[in-house]
Amino acid sequence: MAERVFMKGCEAIAEAGVRAGCRFFAGYPITPQNEIPEYFARRMPEVGGVFVQGESEVASVNMLYGAAATGTPAMSSSSSCGISLYSEGVSYCASARLPVVYVNVQRGGPGIGAIQPAQQDYLQATKASGNGGFRMIVLAPATVQECVDMVYEAFELAQRDNNPVLVLTDGVIGTMMEPVVLPPMKTDEDIKAMKAKFADKACTGHEPCKQHFCFPGSVGTGQEIANKEAEKMYATWDKDVRVEKYLTDDAEIIFAAYGISARISRAVVKQLRAEGIKAGMIRPITVSPFPYEAFSSLDFNQVKGILDVEMSIPAQMRWDIDHAVQGRCPINECRRSGGQLLTNEQVLEGARQLIKEVL
Amino acid sequence: MAKGRVEIATEFCKSCEYCVISCPKNCLAVGEKVNSKGYPYVVSANPEDCIGCAMCAQICPESAIEVWRQ
Amino acid sequence: MAEKKVYEKTLGVMPDVISGFCPGCMHGTVHKLVGEVVQELGMLDKLVRVEGVGCCGLGQQFVSHDVIIAAHGRACAVATGVKRCSPESLVYTYQGDGDLASIGLDETVSAANRGENFTVIFINNGIYGMTGGQMAPTTLIGMKATTAPFGRKVEEHGYPMHVCELLSQLKTPQFLVRTAVDTPQNVIKTRKYIKQAFQNQIDGKGFSLVEVVTSCPTNWGYTAKEALTFLREKMFEEFPLGVYRDKDKEEA
Repeated sequence: MAERVFMKGCEAIAEAGVRAGCRFFAGYPITPQNEIPEYFARRMPEVGGVFVQGESEVASVNMLYGAAATGTPAMSSSSSCGISLYSEGVSYCASARLPVVYVNVQRGGPGIGAIQPAQQDYLQATKASGNGGFRMIVLAPATVQECVDMVYEAFELAQRDNNPVLVLTDGVIGTMMEPVVLPPMKTDEDIKAMKAKFADKACTGHEPCKQHFCFPGSVGTGQEIANKEAEKMYATWDKDVRVEKYLTDDAEIIFAAYGISARISRAVVKQLRAEGIKAGMIRPITVSPFPYEAFSSLDFNQVKGILDVEMSIPAQMRWDIDHAVQGRCPINECRRSGGQLLTNEQVLEGARQLIKEVL
Repeated sequence: MAKGRVEIATEFCKSCEYCVISCPKNCLAVGEKVNSKGYPYVVSANPEDCIGCAMCAQICPESAIEVWRQ
Repeated sequence: MAEKKVYEKTLGVMPDVISGFCPGCMHGTVHKLVGEVVQELGMLDKLVRVEGVGCCGLGQQFVSHDVIIAAHGRACAVATGVKRCSPESLVYTYQGDGDLASIGLDETVSAANRGENFTVIFINNGIYGMTGGQMAPTTLIGMKATTAPFGRKVEEHGYPMHVCELLSQLKTPQFLVRTAVDTPQNVIKTRKYIKQAFQNQIDGKGFSLVEVVTSCPTNWGYTAKEALTFLREKMFEEFPLGVYRDKDKEEA
């Protein structure tokens, strides 16, 4: 029987990490994700894992880098301005091809911004999480259950590609409680197998002159070779694109939203449907790789307009939608930011405005 | 006095002369030839005076000197 | 009488690789000492080097053991992750003054204060070597650097930073020593200190740091021999050699 429990988003994220085999966590306090490190601090001793409260985000992500270099399944979490400080370490992990998982529980920005929920790190998360033009798979959960499933899967993806994986959520989902089914606990054997898979790269000490290296870069022409290798790996991600199409078959008005905004949009779509308006929603589940095809393949004779719903001013996912739609239908925006939550009424109002303009 | 002998891996020598000034018996000197990197390398100028104390090898930053003693 | 080899090149460095260090640079000396010491301890196959950024990076092709390159200043954080996850490994960071005492001071002090059970080898030559002679936190008063072309001034730059003294204010560190490799005698002494620093790790005693005050002939603008004079007359005056913390002795 699957285990069904009532859990807070952040704690569920942490428990999913433990169950996925995470045996090293380093992090630094920052709202609204403090329950993740706090949970690991309690939980790691029970499973023989390591929890370290880093002296900073910079130190924490570099501890993660060191842990991953030994082949230990490792994860970390932070929020927005803390994630900015992760840029260095994540870029190093990407360059050295280390499998790490990290979570961004987004808050308002830029700068210290606001501790309340937001979706203002979209472009940073999906396009440039550090220097050097590396890419990552970025998963965007809209429920606590998805947080659990995605963190669990993030470890598999990270280990498959030897690349960082980011779970991009927000302060609403991180702090709300929902019933979840927890995934099975990886056994010590499973974790041993994970480490064994990385054994040919792990830096834990080897016979002289048979040494292993963890190089986040290279001299001479080596770096370009590494860049091309990474590009080859990114090119395999078409199969990893995930998107939810909700009532889009006959839709004339399409909502585009991810994470918490998608939950609000879903309620509004239902309300409009009840009024006889053909509304639907495209919800990117992987925001990187982005489901461009879901938008570009729309029948624009049928679809009259798109409403991009984001908790970010200026809008950010809009760039990706524009890229897919190429001006074939009007795109309106419905936005809040800086820690202000979107309400059903605001999204409904945004939809009515779009309907007035295009239908 | 114990008799010693040094072997200098001349390709590794960068002519810093730390060994020359560290030798208590003044056995070593910068020679006239250069190695492939262009450094005039150190040679054992007075090998008969070497006591095999290995001071030269201790100080050598390039691990270019090995020492034998009778 | 049969001849006996009394000094042999350590297996801790690559047998056929010529180091990338400048003539007279003492990085090479410290690299071989680490190799010799760990070879004596029989743990070369457990040795993991977490390497800082700067001239120490030239060591990555030179040593024969595992190397993890850390971001600039982050070696002590990276080593924390490595040692905590792989306690059976013998872990050391190898860092210069800019790496350890400027950009990485937070990581250094925090790892020392947590008593992380690894060994830190700290090379202090009072200047940024790799990037071309910029001012370091340990640059001497009056000493010229490419970013302090008129010499370090107290009123503008403050005094040189003393890492062993700074860390000795913390209760946790096990072993803090400042040493040099300018003479065979000092090399032998430094070998002893480095050995103790690794032995402390094997014994689970916690954070040990060996600061080696060295020269940088290239960026100081001296020949290797001239640089020795500056090292002894100026650097040792500002950075007195000695043991700043040895918990073993304090407890004895």
